[in-house]
Order: sequence, then C-alpha cells, then structure tokens
Amino acid sequence: MKDDFEKLLDQQPEKEPEPQERPALRDIPVREELVPRTVTAPDGQEIRIDPLQDYYCQAGPTVQTPAYTRIIEDLFNWARAESLWILGFGTGCGAIEMRPLMTPRFDAYRYGIQWRPTPRQANLLVISGYLSVKTLKRAIRSYEQMQNPKYVVGLGSCTINGGMYWDSYNTIKRLDDYLPVDLYITGCMPRPEALLQGFDDLKKLIRAGKAEGANKYAENFERYKTNQKRVIKDWDMPDYSW
Amino acid sequence: MQTLISQLQTRFQLSEFILQRDNLAFVTVTREQLRPLLLHLRDKEGFTHLVLLTAVDWIEDNIFQLTYLLGDRTAGCDIGVRLMLPRDVASMDSIHDLWPTAATYQRELREMFGIDFPESPRVDEDFILEGWTDLPPYRRDFDTLKYSQESYVDRLGRETKDPAAYMKLKLYPDEDNDG
Ligand code: SF4
Repeated sequence: MKDDFEKLLDQQPEKEPEPQERPALRDIPVREELVPRTVTAPDGQEIRIDPLQDYYCQAGPTVQTPAYTRIIEDLFNWARAESLWILGFGTGCGAIEMRPLMTPRFDAYRYGIQWRPTPRQANLLVISGYLSVKTLKRAIRSYEQMQNPKYVVGLGSCTINGGMYWDSYNTIKRLDDYLPVDLYITGCMPRPEALLQGFDDLKKLIRAGKAEGANKYAENFERYKTNQKRVIKDWDMPDYSW
Repeated sequence: MQTLISQLQTRFQLSEFILQRDNLAFVTVTREQLRPLLLHLRDKEGFTHLVLLTAVDWIEDNIFQLTYLLGDRTAGCDIGVRLMLPRDVASMDSIHDLWPTAATYQRELREMFGIDFPESPRVDEDFILEGWTDLPPYRRDFDTLKYSQESYVDRLGRETKDPAAYMKLKLYPDEDNDG
C-alpha cells in the first residue's frame, strides 16, 4: 500500500502544468473539480492530485471482440438481450412516456427491462427526445461511463432529424453523429407500446449480434469526438470519461 | 385602479397608462422614474410581487423594451412598468436589491438578449446556455435557422408539408383540393 502511494507521489509533475498545455482542452478553463490541487490527508501528509490524470482513464475505449466460438457468443448475446438495464436519464418530452412503462399498466419489467439510477449499473441509454447541446454534454459523459456491452436507443423524431426542433439554435439534429445509436423508435412522441416494440427489436438485434454501437464508438472514437467538440464549444471535461 | 393611476400620475409625472383590463395597466417610464416608482409600488401600494421581468426586441426602432410586471396579491391586480432602452448600449440598473429574484431574470436577459445589468449577482456567468459564442439568441437579428443549419447537420429526406393543405387532403380526399 505504501509503495503504491509513493509511486503515486513520484509520478507527480514538478510544477503545475499550465491549462493551455493540455491540447484537448484548448483555452477553455477546466471545470473546478478537475483543476490540479494539493490536499492534506488526515495524517497530515500532502497529496498532489491531478484529477484528469488520476481519476480518468487515459486510454480510449477499446473494441470488444466476440467470444472464441459462435455458440458461446450466442449465449452471451442471449443473456445480454434478456437484461436491458436502462439509465434513468430523460432528455426531452419523450421521457414522459417512460413513466407508464415503469409502472403496472405497461410494466416493462416483465421483459427483463429495468431502470437504474447510475450509468455504471446501466447498459442501455435511451435518448428520449430532443437533445440540447448542454444535455448532449451530460449524455456523452453518461454514455462513456456505462460499462460494456452497452446500447443506445434514440426515441422520437427529434433524435432522428431534429423533429419539430429542426430550426432551433440549441438542439442537435442527428443523434448518430455524436453517439452510436443502435436503434431509433419513431414518433412524436412514441407511445409506450411503440417503446415496448422497440425494445423487442433491440433484443432481436442483440441476439443477432448486430447491436455493435459500443464497438463502433471505439472504432470511430476520433470522428465522434470531432463531431462532439464541434457543437460543444466549451469542452471542459476529460476526452473520455472513464 | 383608476384612483391609484391618477395618484401615481400626479406623484411621478408619468405618461398615459394603458388600461388593458380592470386589473391590469401598463405605463412607460424613464430610467430615472423607474426605481422610485417600483419602490413606491412595492412599499406603499402593496405591489409586493415581481411577477416577471422580460424584454422585447423592437429592432425596427432600435430599442429594447423591458417590462417589469408587479402584482398585488391581495387585490389581484397587476401593473406593468415599461422602459425603453437604446439597443446599442443595452445596459440597465439592477433591481436585485428590491427583489432578489430579479437577479435571475437579469442573468437570463443578459444571456439571451445581451442586456447588461452591472452589479447584479453572477450576471456574467453562464445561465442556460453553455459556451455560447454567437449573438445572444433572443435578439431578432440572430438568425436561428441559419445558425442551426450551420451548426447541426441535417438528415436527408426530411419533408415539410403545409399543415392546413395536408390535413385537408387527408381528411377530405374527395373534395377539390386545389383552392
Ligand atoms: S420527438 Fe416530439 S415528443 Fe419527442 S422530444 Fe421531440 S418534440 Fe418532444
């Protein structure tokens, strides 16, 4: 334990790096909680913390290769399809249609679908409507924090082509430019039945091994990041929130 | 309401009130009149509630109009105080010390219209938008369609139909749909 700790201390740079030395963050100041700082431990020891280095993975996402034989992969996919855990993150009007799904009338739980409070426990991100640039930022961070295998479903016409917010100054128009979408559900807004149908389709995709969004994200990480940074003008967060 | 209006008019030398309803009147004031009038309405006349503070962009006249809407909760009546600002030097005195909630409105106006309220708490911080670099989006010379086309990629295949004509076609297909 002590060794590790010393190693950690050794790794610290001599002087505080200037913010503009970070190419990814350009000249936007990083968020307050990401600024390098010195904290005093309970035993009086001073510890240097650089959150961007210490708290976040420096490597990008990696492609997950399928299991060694088809039959095993099929088994995995069957298991994945039968437990869709949705991140409880509502972005637009469509989020309102998720409530009836959670409750007895439509009861999505009977299909092995449930909602989770944190990205770490979820494997399905439902973008439930228009995404403002500000929300996109949060959606990206949430998506990146989810563990593989993970899927994205876009709900409603807003995620597909901007919907009725097609001329808005603040909402994106094509979700798949910024996040790897496995499935879209059309409608404005889609009714709970449509959602159930959509989840069923997603299950079929997963079982067929075609829901490869997360791998697509890893393969085209650069492209996604370029697109994301084009609209998020104050990029003040880690490039990859893992 | 009428008595109150005439009292106010003699007291503050105000211009004509526009009586929109029995319990809603508007008046346009000058910058110097605003603060004493608001104070008087709040402390003496029972208009204790700042209902809203909003702006209108009269771009043709090169003017921003601020509207301070005050409410008297017990009497159930409202007075709107209007104030015209030149559009190019859009700056106004803050009233956050009269109503703390005004600070939030002023932050919004600063962000969406670019109207400055020096000394208002946190007025220069981002409010709803983050990292906005263009013109304030509620200004009428900001072209939201153009901005959205330049910033966000369209998906091909999107069709737009005239709602009235389309509904007519769908609901009454047998009728003559030319005119
Ligand atoms: S598709 Fe319709 S219901 Fe969904 S977010 Fe857009 S406007 Fe709202």
